[in-house]
Amino acid sequence: MAEKDQHPQHEIRPTTQAAPIPARFIPSPMLEPGHNFASVTDHISSIVLRRKMPLGWMVLFFAGLMGVGILGLTVTKLVFVGVGIWGINHPVGWGFDILNFVWWIGIGHAGTLISAILLLLRQEWRTSINRFAEAMTLFAVAAAGLYPALHTGRPWYDFWLFPYPNTMGIWPQFKSPLMWDVFAVSTYATVSLLFWYVGLVPDLATLRDRSRSKVGRFVYGMMSLGWRGSAKHWHRYEHAYLLLAGLSTPLVLSVHTIVSFDFAVSQLPGWHATFFPPYFVAGAVYAGFAMVLTLAIPARKLFKLEDFITMRHLENMGKVMMATGMMVFYSYIMEAFFSFYSGNTFERFMWTNRVTGPYWKMYALLIVCNGLAPQLMWFKRCRTSTTWLMIGAMFSNLGMWLERFVIIPTSLHRDFLPSSWGMYHGTIWDWGMYIGSMGLFCFLLALFLKFLPMISIFEVRTMLPEAQAHAEEH
Amino acid sequence: MGIGKPLEGTYGIMAEFNDPQSLLDAANAAREAGYKELDAYSPFPIHGLSDAIGFGHTKLSGIILAMGLLGGFSGYFMCWYANVITYPLNIGGKPFSPWPAWVPITFECTILFAAFGAVLGMLALNGLPMPYHPVFNVKRFENASRDRFFLVIQSRDPKFDVDSVYKFMDTLKPREVVDVPW
Repeated sequence: MAEKDQHPQHEIRPTTQAAPIPARFIPSPMLEPGHNFASVTDHISSIVLRRKMPLGWMVLFFAGLMGVGILGLTVTKLVFVGVGIWGINHPVGWGFDILNFVWWIGIGHAGTLISAILLLLRQEWRTSINRFAEAMTLFAVAAAGLYPALHTGRPWYDFWLFPYPNTMGIWPQFKSPLMWDVFAVSTYATVSLLFWYVGLVPDLATLRDRSRSKVGRFVYGMMSLGWRGSAKHWHRYEHAYLLLAGLSTPLVLSVHTIVSFDFAVSQLPGWHATFFPPYFVAGAVYAGFAMVLTLAIPARKLFKLEDFITMRHLENMGKVMMATGMMVFYSYIMEAFFSFYSGNTFERFMWTNRVTGPYWKMYALLIVCNGLAPQLMWFKRCRTSTTWLMIGAMFSNLGMWLERFVIIPTSLHRDFLPSSWGMYHGTIWDWGMYIGSMGLFCFLLALFLKFLPMISIFEVRTMLPEAQAHAEEH
Repeated sequence: MGIGKPLEGTYGIMAEFNDPQSLLDAANAAREAGYKELDAYSPFPIHGLSDAIGFGHTKLSGIILAMGLLGGFSGYFMCWYANVITYPLNIGGKPFSPWPAWVPITFECTILFAAFGAVLGMLALNGLPMPYHPVFNVKRFENASRDRFFLVIQSRDPKFDVDSVYKFMDTLKPREVVDVPW
């Protein structure tokens, strides 16, 4: 007020000055107030070290274990009999194996996006969810990796995929997108694991120091590599972490780009399209954020983490889901546009067949899931309600599976020659392996929740107000 | 402890602080008082702390760049050697040596090698893994990974003298000052 009297020429209208900022414009906090270094540490580490696992965890664990059993059964049958037990045949030679591979790999992308790209963009809200999302990435990549490894039919020869000097004197064909895929996915899995482990090291040291059992102290102590929090170590650590984020960012974009090349480099109508790389990357982010929401909403409830994974996080994830969902929908529109604009009979037939052919129900459901459902996130009421977010996320989990179904079998099932037209359905073994891979994912996730801190403790510490320290001028 | 011959004296003297600001001020004061062999321990990275203990530069960037370049060259060389020199394949009459087709693998190898450079380089420069370190002999040091902040002046510092270091540490208003035994 006093300042206003001194400078009447810069008068601020009293209405704008007096009116308080409406509550809806004030973002909810990234961390609930009232925490300090000790309480953050104790709360997150006690999930691993002290507390008994809640019932929901037991359900996840045993459902996962059951799924792993189903996976074991289907894989055993597959190895003994061969890929003939699947629904693939002429003309659809690529079915659930590539479909589920792409679905899982796409889900994994959100983890890297949250941990690397949001770090580089200084989006501090990523801190509470990055560990969780990175773990999800690893397990999704593990589930995805099953399919290419097993679809070869003779998985005991899978090492032929890798270049190594052999007595046969043969080498892989490096001009093929499938070889690019081998390198992209194996690099992605390796770098994600490194990134995740590096992030874990300081927290493993916390668990080592907080653990009361001898075994816990020994195992966490060995895994933490003797981390002691020296300032010199932190300096190099932050340097390495930032550069790893910088390396992971183009990597994550390249992985789904290369996955899309598996299709786009072919000559097949419905696959041969230049917009596939960005289309696939957007779809991956969309699917991944949906999966993070699917897992984070129950997890924060079960482990009472509402203070750390606040509504702000969930709302932001809802926004990312909406934005990427609309990019995906834009790609569907472009797909339709180009099939007509190309003037190519086969392109036009392919699109018409997708929408009105025998698989039209899949396409219609796809539009509902990926075109309409993300529009829910325009409404703040939906973005700030766990129920609505969960509904939206479930739609996109399903939608992204349908998208890959629509891309893969519907492009293949009506060949250029009508005499070779056919239909594709997954057999019980296809579905068994899909359910089994979900079981593996849940099982690994349950083990992660039990044995490792699901929120990065040291990064949450840095978000507390008292973590700010400034060197005096000298 | 127990292995080899016992070392003389102590590893250093450790002061414990409650908050990051005190540690940062203490580290700056210690450097200005002429101590060189300092280390500070905190449960999270503190901006400016490595400068305060007189450590400003790391060779890590160079290692990562070198590894990345090595990865890129090896990836490209692998494709070229395999598909041009030792096992040329004629795929639909396409050229034997198409550099654009090798870009994805070259790129992936660059990232892979650079990432290993970043992680292994960081660990190697930090001297990790090192499960045993004298600072772990201090019982209260287990809070270094929770909510406490520690400054150590090592005994190998040329200015190190137990009495004067204790006296100096007391001026920093720590919670506690203790010896770090070997």
